[in-house]
Amino acid sequence: MTFEAVDICKAFDGFEVLRNVSMSMPLDGLIGLIGPNGAGKSTLFSVISGFMPPSSGHVTFDGVSMNGMSASTRARAGMVRTFQVPKEFSHLSVRENLMAAAPGQAGENLTGLFLRPGLVRRQEDGLRKRADAVISFLRLDRVADSSAGLLSGGQKKLLELGRALMVEPKLILLDEPFAGVNPVLIGEIMERIRELNGRGIGFLIIEHDLDALTRLVSRLYVMDQGAILAEGEPVAVLADKAVRDAYLGGEA
Amino acid sequence: MLSYLLAIVIITLIYLLLSFGLSLQYGSVGLINFGHVGFFAIGAYTSALLALSGVPLLASFCAAAIAAGLAAWPIGLISLRLRDDYFAIVTLGFSETVRIIIVSEKWLTNGVQGVPGIPRLFSSLPVGFEAQLATAALLLLVCAAAAFTIWRIINSPFGRVIQAIRDNEDALKALGKDPARFKIQVLMLSAALAGIAGAFYAHYITFIIPEQFVPLVTFYVWMAIIIGGVGRISGAIVGTVLLMTFLEGSRFMRDFIPGVSEVEMASLRIGVIGLLLVLFTLYRPQGLMGDYTKR
Repeated sequence: MTFEAVDICKAFDGFEVLRNVSMSMPLDGLIGLIGPNGAGKSTLFSVISGFMPPSSGHVTFDGVSMNGMSASTRARAGMVRTFQVPKEFSHLSVRENLMAAAPGQAGENLTGLFLRPGLVRRQEDGLRKRADAVISFLRLDRVADSSAGLLSGGQKKLLELGRALMVEPKLILLDEPFAGVNPVLIGEIMERIRELNGRGIGFLIIEHDLDALTRLVSRLYVMDQGAILAEGEPVAVLADKAVRDAYLGGEA
Repeated sequence: MLSYLLAIVIITLIYLLLSFGLSLQYGSVGLINFGHVGFFAIGAYTSALLALSGVPLLASFCAAAIAAGLAAWPIGLISLRLRDDYFAIVTLGFSETVRIIIVSEKWLTNGVQGVPGIPRLFSSLPVGFEAQLATAALLLLVCAAAAFTIWRIINSPFGRVIQAIRDNEDALKALGKDPARFKIQVLMLSAALAGIAGAFYAHYITFIIPEQFVPLVTFYVWMAIIIGGVGRISGAIVGTVLLMTFLEGSRFMRDFIPGVSEVEMASLRIGVIGLLLVLFTLYRPQGLMGDYTKR
């Protein structure tokens, strides 16, 4: 039950964005990934989640090699990502956003839609309940019927987390869940992440808010210039001289 | 006169089936299909040839829908991973390929000479007004069923995913759904509608030749949905009715415009439509029935 990235390299026109990046984590882990802007963190996410092919290297998930799998196949296998800039379905309501994320709906097939109307109706009722449960878990009740495009930045981050939950993933890759979110809501999101992790869902989190992140995760990876610079227990990693030089400019 | 009006109604309803399909494709999943007439042609020839070999019309109409729908499947499979504009070119190429195959495969389609003597619908009724009226009524029923089907799809879980595709394809992929699968289904359904339209056309005109299936047909349909408003059932209806009324009505306009010959009139018609399209895309890109709150 581990997630592993082995020797991932990615080059654009000869420019190496990722250089032999390897990481591994248990599927129920709570891991942070930090690094200065341009370190390659989001690119690593894109490669891991199948949005970009690596130049070399491979990803295994729960013992299965994910090489060559499309992004949607990887998500169905249990690894769901969110995006740095939230990609909400802006014309759908919050509830519909969640409902659209759930897998295996007969009504999402033209044949099922017209040939099995009873099943479609039952599934929709069940799905609405599931979506409402996620909505109240994330405290989005007041905006459940609003268009997602009208939400605040923080609410959109929560919505993306909620959509990921509807897929019932084993591992969620969060790209800057606290960016642009007010401090109160950050505490809220952290609380939810802890709770979900307690239920066995793993998290790999890119975040610049080191203060929040170190309180949340049990282990940190640090990237710089496309390579892993350090890894380990958060307090120890942040005390590391090389990390301070790269990330904090040596002054902190 | 009444018979002439009915003829216009029938052709308009046939075009309406084409408009519904194209409008669903572009308005819902943003497919720019420039080869719609290819599916229309496949439907027309499938039903015509089957009927001539003795297959009952109900079966030949179903076969037309299935053949056109299935033809859309490989097109979707190979081209939906392309960018929008490439998809447009591939579909345009597809419809021309269909036409050229019809021209060359003489053993099957009789080439440029075409297929004459296609059985009419309602052949038990006397030729003329009654049969025409029955055909128009049946077409109206089919159009209503198509409109209902599209409405049902848009307001279903499938429609929800379609809207999600329009809002953000990447997010949908990240959640484990393959946008291409939904686009292919929309493409196949629209193609099947075009196939049914083709069957109606063949059995109404009773004589089909490859020259009836040129890209201009596709672009007439595009004109209709751009004028009426893309992605709305009402838009397809209004646009198609206006376009067909204009195309037919302008035949008589020559009487009122001095110094214009028959040939010049044909060019003038296209010119006016072109001007309208330019004005619409500039000042009212959402069409007549589009969202009035947005520009």
